[in-house]
Amino acid sequence: MFTPEMLASIKKVEATRAQRMSMEPRRMTAEEKSELLKAYHPDYREEGFKEIKIGPNKGQKAPVELTDLLHSNSRLLGENIDLSKIDYDVDVLVIGGGGAGCSAAIEAHEAGANVMVVTKLRIGDANTMMAEGGIQAADKPNDSPVQHYLDAFGGGHFAARPELLRRLVMEAPDAIQWLNKLGVMFDKYDDGTMVTTHGGGTSRKRMHACKDYSGAEIMRTVRDEVLNRKIPVVEFTSAVELIKDDKGQVAGAVLLNMETGDYLVARAKTVIIATGGAGRLHYQNFPTSNHYGATADGLVLGYRAGAPLLYQDTIQYHPTGVAYPSQIFGALVTEKVRSLGAMLVNKDGEAYAHPLETRDVSASAIIRECANGRGVDTPLGSGVWLDTPMIEILGGEGTIEKRIPAMLRMYLNYGIDMRKVPILVYPTLHYQNGGLEIGGEGYTKAIPNLLVAGEAVGGIHGRNRLMGNSLLDIIVFGRNAGKAAARRAAETELGTMNLDHIQAYAEELEAAGVKQEGVSPLLLPNYARHER
Amino acid sequence: MSNMVNVYFYGKKYSVPGDLTIMTAMEYAGYSLKRGCGCRHGFCGACATIYRIKGKNELKTCLACQTQVQEGMYVASIPFFPTDKRTYDINEIKADQRVMMELYPEIYACIGCNACTKACTQSLNVMQYIAYAQRGELEKCAEESFDCVGCGCCSVRCPAGISHPMVGLLARRLTGKYIAPESKHLTERVAEINAGAYDELIEAIMQKPISELQELYNHRDIEK
Repeated sequence: MFTPEMLASIKKVEATRAQRMSMEPRRMTAEEKSELLKAYHPDYREEGFKEIKIGPNKGQKAPVELTDLLHSNSRLLGENIDLSKIDYDVDVLVIGGGGAGCSAAIEAHEAGANVMVVTKLRIGDANTMMAEGGIQAADKPNDSPVQHYLDAFGGGHFAARPELLRRLVMEAPDAIQWLNKLGVMFDKYDDGTMVTTHGGGTSRKRMHACKDYSGAEIMRTVRDEVLNRKIPVVEFTSAVELIKDDKGQVAGAVLLNMETGDYLVARAKTVIIATGGAGRLHYQNFPTSNHYGATADGLVLGYRAGAPLLYQDTIQYHPTGVAYPSQIFGALVTEKVRSLGAMLVNKDGEAYAHPLETRDVSASAIIRECANGRGVDTPLGSGVWLDTPMIEILGGEGTIEKRIPAMLRMYLNYGIDMRKVPILVYPTLHYQNGGLEIGGEGYTKAIPNLLVAGEAVGGIHGRNRLMGNSLLDIIVFGRNAGKAAARRAAETELGTMNLDHIQAYAEELEAAGVKQEGVSPLLLPNYARHER
Repeated sequence: MSNMVNVYFYGKKYSVPGDLTIMTAMEYAGYSLKRGCGCRHGFCGACATIYRIKGKNELKTCLACQTQVQEGMYVASIPFFPTDKRTYDINEIKADQRVMMELYPEIYACIGCNACTKACTQSLNVMQYIAYAQRGELEKCAEESFDCVGCGCCSVRCPAGISHPMVGLLARRLTGKYIAPESKHLTERVAEINAGAYDELIEAIMQKPISELQELYNHRDIEK
């Protein structure tokens, strides 16, 4: 399976293993980290970004692919959508069927609202399902929400919005409790104590997990709860434009049946954008750990309607994506592999950095090693070793099968036994740190009654996110959005609906002279190859 | 370029590079996927697929995103399977043997053919976890079914009409909620927060200037 060059390098990794295991690699100083990021982090590559020419963030930069979508027109421009024919009429419309959307729907339903979920694939087809490593919460005696705040604030380069981060850390233990009471099977010791580990940049062991199916276990549980409550879920149907009313409030969305091509009108008193991330836009040609529908749709919908973005220029590259074999190129290798003790090692067998630096630092260090000839060549690029056999030595035989069974299974499919040989990794596009700007209550600041939850939000984490804080934010902010939306819906009177902002946006684009070919949101990536 | 292989999507022949997965091979052949494609990394079960190798008799099941193409592969993806999920109020049901009898009585019609286990794309012992469910051993059923991605290949093959992933899911929710021991440190922390024990502390750290926070962050002690 491995090339001769890889096999020769594995020998070096094995040769230094005993010596490496007797020491802990030094953590970088703040100055070293800052220099490393500037030299190697993709966010600092100017050619990966482009200026946004219109709208609330005019003059700021965003990744080229996202800017192009923001510079595109609505697919409804010139279409004559009859808004008086209403197909769905609800209090709360949740756009997106991932962890944030389902949490929101459950809480809105609990509060008595008439709520509906619309999702362009199936409910549960979301990045939540693929989160492996865990979810943070400061619930151990040696820990506190304040310590959690400090870790996340520092890890995010002191750029998080304090009122959002406060909610994240203060409501974290309650989020875990809520999930546990819904039936999520967290890893526990016999006395009920949660099994918790470190993540990159944590100062306390507060990573709760469900083996390495943490997100899947959470997703399938909240999905089941949505279905048990008989909340309507409209699948394979995408929101393609927000509808506003004559008071400027959001008033619903135009939907597209992905299979028949028919448009539908959903009227709603409050709308929650929970559309997730953007990995499938493949910024700077990176592979991605994201699911098929991660195309930043919510950001485009919100922005066209007038809602500002925040930190849209900061992207998280997960340090350990699969570099080899090519069939699973870019797939996530959970950070938990390092939490359990595996070191990052270069071609020469050297542990060149501490394995649990924050993700941006860790990814940059891998890129540095590979850019300077200390990576191992692969058919699609290069990578460094993640020394997984260390886990079995440190934790005892069977630790990998018990704690990270998904990783073991993924590699065994291709004849690689990570218990015996190290694996090759390289950064993969993992998370959008930025998104639509919200206030502490979950509402966008520009459009009344429009809320955002989950990865589509910007500002919770600042300019880098710690492991385990995204599974947490979808639950905390999803639940909060659902409750808030239900409350607001009860006191909202809708005016006359319109799609005027589409035409206005088109005119702005025209005036700025930046109109792109094609339409947005993208909905699904274009992977089909056509010879002609 | 790697060696090309011949595969048949819904009976139609295409020549594709042999190092692709079934999913990427379909895209190479020109398909724009809507159904049968979800996370693309083996966690969501959207791409349940049935295939047979030309000249061989055996029908196989797999996830299209996790399976490499082979010469002579006849492939049909399963866009949707009508799994039969029963609805319930998790707060009203109990973690006992009767719950399975009431919600999923068809599990007792299992004829022990083991087709479910053979069909499992995750190599789980599906028939065993159904047996645990029959006996009311919910925790064992939960553990044995834990890695299920819900692709439904087991149910497609089951002569008794059992919706195995739904049975496992019920067992896991009951186990997580009722059988697993309570985490006292969690209950206590939630109560402390609700009582306002951290309100002043969090306000205080939010008000600190960035320079002071940088000092605190760069010199915080890290648990070993």
